[in-house]
Amino acid sequence: MSPALLVEQLLNGLQLGVMLFLMSAGLTLIFGVMGLINLAHGSFYMVGAFACAAIAAATGSFWAGLAASLAGAAAAGVLVEVAIIRRLYDRDHLDQVLATFALILIFSEGTRWLFGSFPLYLDIPPLLQWAATLPGGLQYPVYRLAVIGLGVAVALGLFLLISRTRLGMRIRAGENDREMIAALGVDIRRLNTIVFALGAALAGLAGATVGALQSVQVGMGEPVLILAFVVIVIGGIGSVRGALLGALLVGLVDTAGRFFLPRIAGLFVPPAEAGLVGSGIASMLIYVVMALILALRPKGLFASHA
Amino acid sequence: MAEPILGVSGLRKTFGALKVTDGVSLDLRPGEIHALIGPNGAGKSTLIHQICGSLAPDEGRVFFEGRDVTASTPAARARAGLGRTFQVSTVIPEFTALGHAMLAVQARQGTSFRFLRPVAGDRSLREPAMAALARVGLENRAHVPAAVLSHGERRRLEVALVLALGSKALLMDEPMAGMGSEGSRELTALLSELRREAPILMVEHDMDAVFALADRISVLVYGRIVATGTPDEIRRDPVVRQAYLGDEAS
Amino acid sequence: MPERSFVPSRGLVASLAVIALPLALALWASFAGETFYVTLATRIAILGLAATGLNLALGLGGLVSLGHAAFFGIGGYVAGIVASHAMEGTSVLGLPAISEMAYVWLLAAVAAGLFALVMGAISLRTSGVAFIMITLAFAQMIFYLAIAWPGYGGEDGLPITLRNGFFGLRTMRPMPFFLISFGALLFGLALFAVLKASRFGAALQAARQNGVRLASLGVEPFRIRLVAFVLSGMITALAGALYADLNRFVSPSMLSWHMSGELIVLVVLGGVGRLAGPLAGATLYVLLEHVLGGLTERWQFFLGLALLAVVLLGRGGLMSLLAPKGVRHG
Repeated sequence: MSPALLVEQLLNGLQLGVMLFLMSAGLTLIFGVMGLINLAHGSFYMVGAFACAAIAAATGSFWAGLAASLAGAAAAGVLVEVAIIRRLYDRDHLDQVLATFALILIFSEGTRWLFGSFPLYLDIPPLLQWAATLPGGLQYPVYRLAVIGLGVAVALGLFLLISRTRLGMRIRAGENDREMIAALGVDIRRLNTIVFALGAALAGLAGATVGALQSVQVGMGEPVLILAFVVIVIGGIGSVRGALLGALLVGLVDTAGRFFLPRIAGLFVPPAEAGLVGSGIASMLIYVVMALILALRPKGLFASHA
Repeated sequence: MAEPILGVSGLRKTFGALKVTDGVSLDLRPGEIHALIGPNGAGKSTLIHQICGSLAPDEGRVFFEGRDVTASTPAARARAGLGRTFQVSTVIPEFTALGHAMLAVQARQGTSFRFLRPVAGDRSLREPAMAALARVGLENRAHVPAAVLSHGERRRLEVALVLALGSKALLMDEPMAGMGSEGSRELTALLSELRREAPILMVEHDMDAVFALADRISVLVYGRIVATGTPDEIRRDPVVRQAYLGDEAS
Repeated sequence: MPERSFVPSRGLVASLAVIALPLALALWASFAGETFYVTLATRIAILGLAATGLNLALGLGGLVSLGHAAFFGIGGYVAGIVASHAMEGTSVLGLPAISEMAYVWLLAAVAAGLFALVMGAISLRTSGVAFIMITLAFAQMIFYLAIAWPGYGGEDGLPITLRNGFFGLRTMRPMPFFLISFGALLFGLALFAVLKASRFGAALQAARQNGVRLASLGVEPFRIRLVAFVLSGMITALAGALYADLNRFVSPSMLSWHMSGELIVLVVLGGVGRLAGPLAGATLYVLLEHVLGGLTERWQFFLGLALLAVVLLGRGGLMSLLAPKGVRHG
């Protein structure tokens, strides 16, 4: 196996990892600040992808689509938070699960109503439709490199936002003591809406960027959502740093599994089946890893709520 | 001197830089009430948590009836016979007072993994449970859901539960908290009688109750025990007067 | 402990009515020759049983499991695998493949029970949101295993050519199969009622409401919850085996997380912790699916709206409309 192939897999893993981080950051913030479990977070991913595909098709510009994905997902986030989610903060987790499950049904069927059942296709912008030659002679699509760069930039921005700004200070205060922050005169309702919309926008951005690599279709958010759950459970619920490290771990392990396991399976089953068996077992792998981590550390690797 | 039923040696616990428990050793002997007093923030509740097992100490050992129980869960300690009552009464909201006591009886019998026979009308649960309620004067409130019981009644229910449980020693975290003077008097009489069945290690702020009840008193200041002795010795102890009772007097 | 009166309570009457409904529907349909409605009643009974299993963990134990599809699917795959091996005349893991439901149910319950034991032992160390997510992740593990395993249909699922037998009854006919399913439902409901009233049930409900208090009495909440989780998974697996026989098909969709979500929906729609709640929820769900599904292809959109309304406005589900409850526990 050549080093170039390994580097390629490493980059693929990084790319999956940063996308998972965009999803998980919102989820974990929403849980940390509002104590809410949001199953419908994958719907914002889907909304972002559809908004991007629709606007890109209408204007011919991927970049306009990307902006639309941020705006569309954030708007959907604000709408959902104001209309429904804010009634759920004081409810138990069961009600939150049920209501956000209902939101998934509404978003999925609603999207199918608007766009039909067939997948949409979103092209990579011409600016990024070429392959770079990496040291070692590896040809690697520039778009994927750009996705990694975007993810890293967003992660940095998010950490700066949380550690350096007034909003970030309020988020941190909200995680520690909701009553205290209300007593300090911060409008907790507005803070909740902003955090929720921020999380939704990040998910929408992830959906749009991944939409150009895969097809844009109803239900696309769900596998990502479940992986994002795994990420934040591994990382420690409520911890953005945990989400980042968990996302990278999941991205790399999953990619490695998908790369190596079909080859290993090929040693045992006929080649025609090896791919399917291997990729299926690879899909399981990440859950096995999660179970092992939790068996040793039930609160995840970086629990922020001791 | 009788062998202590409960012993704590060299217990240490820090939260960050704060030494909340700083090398505490104490014991509880059969037939006595041992009161733990100290100013707010002295680490009394944290100490109780470590003794009952809901908080793990950084160092030190807890012995119960001569066995090292430092690594045991709270439930295992309760099964061994170390009963506890809570600072803030903690009840199972939908259970009645009798339901609580019956649960304690089945816990004592170790029969929580019986799946078939209904508990309603089960006399082997009901009779000991009613007896325990009667001892704290709650027999007429047996069918009231705990969520509806008054503060004082919940306090008494806490005591009824450790009675029904048949605990050999009791940890009580501020049993008098929030009781009116009438209630306090009744509870004081009950605890005074109870010590012969099960010695009591109690944290308490009500100094009248402490000096009326305690056979021994330990004074905890900043996570350390600064004095242990009979109520008279503690009253006269200059260190205690300065560190604690002096504050009260001023 | 409320003293028992001889006048049947409104709750009991409502429960009996809910339980009798699928039976009445099936009997009517059978006489009217409408076999489609017999199948609909069978679906109600089986989904009601699956949700009754979940109700043990969720309603009595307060364990919000978003992974019960794992048990439902394990039951389904056991039925499918045994049936397919029985057709071929081969054995399964050294066990004989006997195409007999009683045997299939036993295997299904054992398989699901073992998986629930492992899943519970790890996930019950956490609580709240983490528990929800971990149970979901365990179900995904099985979901992907079913897709990856090439021997039993993989992604395409596994057809069951002939339903498993039941002591010589003609299980391929709708009415006998309904009666078997309804019998299994009654068994599940009886088990739930007995467990709820037992010492174990008291400890389990105490664990839900105040685990610290239970521990202070010397009972480990973890062990109580684990046993409840295993029993719950076994009942849901029994329903899964029946569901596979009903459809004569089992596929990874039985294991999908949508299935787990739907099971929660059934329990909450009907009434959490209530004996007939899950069955009431299943009845409402299947009828809604039938009626709305006949009107619009997008019925799940309206289901979503209805669910939102139930969560935001109505508390306590259908059973609390039929019979508002007082205090439950002695």
